[in-house]
Amino acid sequence: MKRPIAGAITLAHGAGGRASHQLIQEIFLFHLGNPFLQQGDDGAVLDLLEPDSQGGRWVTATDAHVVTPLEFPGGDIGRLAVNGTINDLAMMGASPRYLTAAFILEEGLSLALLDRVVASMATAAKTAGVPVVAGDTKVVERGKGDGMFITTSGFGLLPAGIQCGGSHAKPGDAVLVSGTLGDHAMALMAERNGLIFDPPLLSDTAALHGLVADILTPRPSAVHVLRDPTRGGVATVLNEIAQQSGVAIEIDESRLPMRPEVTAAAELMGLDPLYLANEGKVIVICEATDADSILLRMREHPLGQQSSQIGQVLASSRPFVEMRTHWGGRRLVDWLTGEVLPRIC
Amino acid sequence: MKHHAEYRDPEAAERLLKRIHQSVDPSREYRFMEFCGGHTHAISRFGLHGLLPPNVRLIHGPGCPVCVLPIGRLDMAIALAMKPGVILCCYGDTLRVPGSAGNSLQKARAYGADVRMVYSATEVLTIAEQSPLNEVVFFAIGFETTTPPTAHLLLEIQRRGLNQVSVLCNHVLTTPAIRAILEGPDQGPRLDGLVGPAHVSVVIGSSPYTPLASDFQMPIVIAGFEPLDILQAILMLIHQVNEDRHAVENEYTRAVVPEGNQRALMAMREVFETRESFEWRGLGSIAESGLRIRSSFANWDAESRYDLSYQTVADHKACECAAILRGHKEPLDCKVFGTACTPETPLGACMVSSEGACAAHFTYGRNLRNFR
Repeated sequence: MKRPIAGAITLAHGAGGRASHQLIQEIFLFHLGNPFLQQGDDGAVLDLLEPDSQGGRWVTATDAHVVTPLEFPGGDIGRLAVNGTINDLAMMGASPRYLTAAFILEEGLSLALLDRVVASMATAAKTAGVPVVAGDTKVVERGKGDGMFITTSGFGLLPAGIQCGGSHAKPGDAVLVSGTLGDHAMALMAERNGLIFDPPLLSDTAALHGLVADILTPRPSAVHVLRDPTRGGVATVLNEIAQQSGVAIEIDESRLPMRPEVTAAAELMGLDPLYLANEGKVIVICEATDADSILLRMREHPLGQQSSQIGQVLASSRPFVEMRTHWGGRRLVDWLTGEVLPRIC
Repeated sequence: MKHHAEYRDPEAAERLLKRIHQSVDPSREYRFMEFCGGHTHAISRFGLHGLLPPNVRLIHGPGCPVCVLPIGRLDMAIALAMKPGVILCCYGDTLRVPGSAGNSLQKARAYGADVRMVYSATEVLTIAEQSPLNEVVFFAIGFETTTPPTAHLLLEIQRRGLNQVSVLCNHVLTTPAIRAILEGPDQGPRLDGLVGPAHVSVVIGSSPYTPLASDFQMPIVIAGFEPLDILQAILMLIHQVNEDRHAVENEYTRAVVPEGNQRALMAMREVFETRESFEWRGLGSIAESGLRIRSSFANWDAESRYDLSYQTVADHKACECAAILRGHKEPLDCKVFGTACTPETPLGACMVSSEGACAAHFTYGRNLRNFR
């Protein structure tokens, strides 16, 4: 197929005419094509019952993606949009089945860049085994969008017997994390600020449903909470869980898996890694007696090799998160106030 | 990061803590103020307060540049930022500092102002190059640590003859602020010692503290920002108190010399002169505590270029920051603490930065089991 990978997005691409049709055919269908999309109808028809859906329920999630730059070390907005929604489904314990995607493109966006992003989305969707079954594209005037925004929605099947949620943490539970913290946010910040790492620091964006399946398989009822520490980082997610479950959470600084270069860059920029976003990590809160066996399974998965138990859940009349520092001192790990800003002093 | 590990070794810390516990006289209280926000941050980050003997109290001083920036100066910056065609550049956490009526540079940005966060003063030059049709203003804040970079920026602007760039100068001086705190109305127990600034002292040296130590009979130990530095300084202060001495001692010898950094000081003198007085959030006006751009650089001084005049805006009348910053009152003694004044909607200096005395108490004090 001859494809328009030179030039830029114009308002004509959004007008619904020949140019729109061409864009859909030559970029979106070319990369993401599957029987659902190829129908070319206004919606995709999905089977209500699947062979393994006995007693299960559908879970749906939606996630809007904005990121600068659109391509960054270790990923791009397309891969992020696929993995982000898959992870939202996975955190419910669901097995992701279908995705939909809506694109808002800014006039002037390079078609070659769009092509790369959609190709990368297709690779991510294929790797995850989750097809994009419906989509939409709109074009906004120059200056009214940041290049490209992508919103993805997803549907996943929640098998009977799995019940994960932020309100299920119980005193005595173990708190696990699947790997190093802050990689995604720091890779982006380094890219934006021209900081060079050798080897380069990569975003950790990844689809976590395979890892989650391994965590849940032997004894699903032992797993109480699954959360991906995206925006706001581990600190924010643990505070949310503490509040939802009415418990306190204690973490141990010396057990937090961190890349030395992320620690160093955070120090340099006056940022606290606990508040930095991750795009390929999961926090697991489970019964303490199952923690070791779950950790072993996590470490066997390629996305969980550096899994670690970072803390435990405590009974408390007030929800809070506290960290035991390297020194045996303690400090409160508070909610993020406003946005993450570097400190001057 | 090897450098950091050396000053964060938990075993060395344990040895130091043991010596601190052995050295304190249990029959008395030790009230030490760490002047700098950098020290306050390290103390809370490493959880040092919980490791010290109960009769060693650390009082968080006003050395946090964003916290002490008064409402009126913020209003000037916000007004400039709202001018069409102006790009206002500032350091990161300045974005959040509240001005009048709950405004901030962050909110100004939401209303359409072009506010850019910079990591260093020289980034302003790059922004000016990239936007030749805009007027670019650097909202310069901070103690003597950030002053030399602003001086360098002004010298560079002058050298290049860049007429589109100017600086709104809010730089403040450390020793007049310490003096104001030590001289302040005596409404409570006095301080027993001072942990002196790290980076500021790299610039100004250790000798400017000598008159303070002798005038107020105040032990002063200049300390680095690493946790071992702070513990070592506390031990040195305890010894001075026990031996009834009041000297300026330098724990941070790897970076601080008595005469300071002469090149930086020369650049500062060339570009800046002392203001008769400068207002501090929480502390009021302090004589000769701020810097102004010299008239030879008036072209690049935003105050003269935009004909800005400073309007004092009173702090909230129930705010007890002045007494809290001096260690005379506790956050809980303040009527607006935790009600009208919270980390999300700070009224006073002590709540602005996460390390301010009130912000720390708001978050740690409410929950932490071993907080005192």
